[in-house]
Amino acid sequence: MGPLAVNDIISSNTNFFLAFVIGIGFGFVLEQSGFSSSRKLAGLFYGYDMVVLKVFFTGGVTAMLGLLFFSLFGWVDLNMVYVNPTFLTSAIVGGLVMGVGFIMGGFCPGTSFCGAAIGKLDAMVFIVGLFIGVYFFAFGYPMFETMYKSANMGSPKISTMLDISDGVFALILVIVALGMFYVSEWVEKKFPQKEY
Amino acid sequence: METTKEPGRTRYMNPYLGGVLLGIVLLAANFISGRGLGASGAIKSVVVATTQSVAPGYAAKTKYFKEYHEEHSGSPMKNWLVFQMLGVLVGGFASGALAGRLKFRVEHSPKITSRRRLVFALLGGIFFGIGSQLGRGCTSGSALSGMAVLSFGGIITMMALFGGAYALAYFFRKNWI
Repeated sequence: MGPLAVNDIISSNTNFFLAFVIGIGFGFVLEQSGFSSSRKLAGLFYGYDMVVLKVFFTGGVTAMLGLLFFSLFGWVDLNMVYVNPTFLTSAIVGGLVMGVGFIMGGFCPGTSFCGAAIGKLDAMVFIVGLFIGVYFFAFGYPMFETMYKSANMGSPKISTMLDISDGVFALILVIVALGMFYVSEWVEKKFPQKEY
Repeated sequence: METTKEPGRTRYMNPYLGGVLLGIVLLAANFISGRGLGASGAIKSVVVATTQSVAPGYAAKTKYFKEYHEEHSGSPMKNWLVFQMLGVLVGGFASGALAGRLKFRVEHSPKITSRRRLVFALLGGIFFGIGSQLGRGCTSGSALSGMAVLSFGGIITMMALFGGAYALAYFFRKNWI
């Protein structure tokens, strides 16, 4: 049955329309959760507001469990769901560079669009920066290409890498997430809340 | 829809409820379209489309743009993530309108000036833009969506992203606390 678009159950144009609808849900939930505020997002790194961790891991775990159950019920063929490829070097370096951008800019790309949608000028400037960064990468691609393509491992799942089943990894991740939620609640009590 | 804590504070949804709803949106994306959410991919599409229309000759002979077309068919703007990001703007605006948060302003710590906030926002955006290309996706496309499908690379990128930000948090503390 699923994924609907990959199995041609819905047309390409319907898929684009549903992408728009999904985007509305995405943007709405991010904004409702406070992700349009850079100071709220940055709270993660100083302990005064752990909303990013709570929303991010609850979201990831919910979707992961949903997919595993959908697969179990035969509603979705996981082999047809896109798994992000792993180019180990650029995955690590890219992540670190994004970390620098996050702590300096206070947004990530998705949240900056949310912030811009409600009038945050700092979010709009961040988006300008994003475009400069991507143009720089595009025009300077020969400089990055070797690193970008090195250590290509295909599209492995972490469960495969650890030699455990998807379900066991999911269970571990759920336990880790619950532990982090517990610590987050504790940390928020330790550090003074900010007004913004 | 909103939790009421202290009066006068900006009210947001309970984060765990927000997380479950975010997870349902991400699950819907995977069930309907066989892919996760994303943001930086839409920026890449705009970069490719604008370069092609402004400097078609340059784009035609430059490797980055040639490789883009080997991986993507059709117009760069007729792209799943472009439609999704247009939705994000609509959804974010609708949420902000309902919550009474629509306002043009620069949000920054009282300890720094607007100007400093904007300079750092620009620099942060530049770093994030470059990093999202290397990481083949940003917090949404690589870290969050990667986690949902148990992608090894996605989870590595997630750890590097948050780890990098934590490692530097001390040096940028004046901007935030």
